[in-house]
Amino acid sequence: MKIVEGTIDNFKQEVLKSDKPVLVDFNAEWCPPCQALHPTLEELSKESDDFKIVTVDIDDQSELAEEYGVSSIPCLVAFKDGKEIDRRVGLQPKKRLLKMMGA
Amino acid sequence: MYDIVIIGGGPAGLTAGIYARRANKRVLVLEAMVCGGQIVNTSKIENYPVAPGITGPEFGQILQKQAEDLGVEIEFERAKKITGRGGDFTVTTAEDEEYKAKAVILACGTEPRKLGLPNEDRFTGRGISYCATCDGNFYKDKVVAVNGGGNSALHEAIYLSGIAKKVYLIHRRNEFRGGAALVDKVKARDNIELVLNANISALEGDKKLTGIKIDQDGKEKDISVDGLFVSIGRAPNAKKLLSDLALTKDEFVAADETCETNIPGVFVAGDVRSKDVRQLVTATGDGAVAATVALQYLDKLN
Repeated sequence: MKIVEGTIDNFKQEVLKSDKPVLVDFNAEWCPPCQALHPTLEELSKESDDFKIVTVDIDDQSELAEEYGVSSIPCLVAFKDGKEIDRRVGLQPKKRLLKMMGA
Repeated sequence: MYDIVIIGGGPAGLTAGIYARRANKRVLVLEAMVCGGQIVNTSKIENYPVAPGITGPEFGQILQKQAEDLGVEIEFERAKKITGRGGDFTVTTAEDEEYKAKAVILACGTEPRKLGLPNEDRFTGRGISYCATCDGNFYKDKVVAVNGGGNSALHEAIYLSGIAKKVYLIHRRNEFRGGAALVDKVKARDNIELVLNANISALEGDKKLTGIKIDQDGKEKDISVDGLFVSIGRAPNAKKLLSDLALTKDEFVAADETCETNIPGVFVAGDVRSKDVRQLVTATGDGAVAATVALQYLDKLN
């Protein structure tokens, strides 16, 4: 499933109202571990149709970062039925991300 | 059965994997996060020969590809326990998988040391950070504290003073361990306030960190902060893996330049080894040595 770029305008539609669980990756261009995580997210997006991945650039979307209390990145938040079900800060291995998504 | 299982996919571990694969051994690397280790937190590497300006994440990705292209197997799991003996080890991971190996190379690096205070985990990512270059930008025009007295703490304070409105630098001693030039640079910044002879005794806040309590010369004091950057050194990761493993008093794995530990068949490479210089280039150097010595060990087993 293609990775979606999350914004303040589409967050409700793409994340909170999504019929599939969503993994939100709060990141920034200047954050090296975020860049290191990117290939893993790409892989997951190609391999799994069971959940969606949404990336949020915390510089462009500072309201979203503020709203979700993100102050360290990368920050991975799992949403199901519009609710936060799990959150991890820092680099995560693929298996942990899959576990977060209940896969 | 693997010939060698390597714990950690940083520069030391993957280099060891490359060397062992080129000797046609069956090699597995267990990596708990992503390949590259601590270097993935670095935005630009300037001191590694031949690759000036490469980013940390790029370094990790190229190294991973090089290892995989040579046939190194990589599993993204955290090693939890190593049992057995030379020639027949079992490595158990946090996912409860078991991998058998004739020899093991410990290349599991270090992780940031924590304060060990209540609420620290709860506020991590909600005001508490262990990486100023990752999270500094969240604190534009806000008030932050840096805890620590070494070079990294000084660097972080200087870096953050360019972003935040005010930086408290909290250190438990009266003097800094860091270099004199760096200390001068810190003192020249108007918006860095030194808080010396002070320990953080409590972390305050509800949903996120809003302040810290410090104990300075026996007196308690509250400081309101939006963020706290903990920079009190890095702790080695090997202690829990193996009982009977000889460690230094700082809990690094005791081994000289041969990378041999006190346990036959267990070798050590990179930052987790007891040594003076912890750099990318010494990590890859260790990886080559550990693999070579492990190969000699495997030859003797057969």
